[in-house]
Amino acid sequence: MFKRIAQTAGFTGLLAALLLTLLQSFWVAPLILKGETYEKAPAAEMHEHAEGAMAGHVHDEEAWEPENGWQRVLSTAGGNLVVAVGFALMLAALYTLRTPKSAREGVLWGLAGYAVFVLAPTLGLPPELPGTVAADLTQRQIWWVGTAASTAVALALIVFAQHWLLKVVGAVILVVPHMVGAPQPAVHSALAPEALEAQFKIASLLTNAVFWVALGWISAWLFRRSDAPATRPGLNPAL
Amino acid sequence: MSISTPHQTSGTTITTVVTATLSQRLVAAVSAMFLGAFLVYFAGFSHIDAVHNAAHDTRHSSAFPCH
Repeated sequence: MFKRIAQTAGFTGLLAALLLTLLQSFWVAPLILKGETYEKAPAAEMHEHAEGAMAGHVHDEEAWEPENGWQRVLSTAGGNLVVAVGFALMLAALYTLRTPKSAREGVLWGLAGYAVFVLAPTLGLPPELPGTVAADLTQRQIWWVGTAASTAVALALIVFAQHWLLKVVGAVILVVPHMVGAPQPAVHSALAPEALEAQFKIASLLTNAVFWVALGWISAWLFRRSDAPATRPGLNPAL
Repeated sequence: MSISTPHQTSGTTITTVVTATLSQRLVAAVSAMFLGAFLVYFAGFSHIDAVHNAAHDTRHSSAFPCH
């Protein structure tokens, strides 16, 4: 059973990561590089980590960093692959409990993943270009994880709960993180122009939407496909 | 070496797949869920400098808190 989950997640992650890397390379990464030119120009010496944004974090100047160009693209592709396989593992795990009836149902799972891991967190912490002032990193990460987790529970209750009261509880849980509010910096400021930030937000939200729909659709298709030979006795080789 | 008849073999296979109990499925699902969360955490949230630098564009693009 775990093999089926792993196979589904591995292949889905690979395909979705390739798609994401392609979209990023043409659309998102150029905006990040442009953002970095503003970041590096006025404050070459002041790295954003040096502001004490990370508690207990000492920026190590010697840490490896990919060179711009192919090294950076490959490194990002690797990052995408790990994240995509991770998300696909979560989807395939859910499929073992509730098998999608069609690959199209996987698209709905993908959209749910998009709502949980992109839409809900970005309501409080929008996608940011390098050089944007933000609150303490750990605080933001905690809010991000809390928001994603509560949105997942909330959606599950709203969609699957039988009793109306549980659906109402789901709706309340959905709103709570946004009532609490994401950690915000004392003063908002960004080095990149507003128009570039706005463009980056749209690019990030749309590429992630495509990524999640692809992830849901491919994972459901592969998960259902891997079950086919075992449930059709006539096709068992049995030799 | 024991030889099982074709009928037995296919019967066993089907039984294993169909009657995977709920607890077995739960264990597989929860472990896969944890493994998946760990992978996302490692690439997207880890404070290790080299990992941050390598997955920098992934983090910004996915709207994970980065800096």
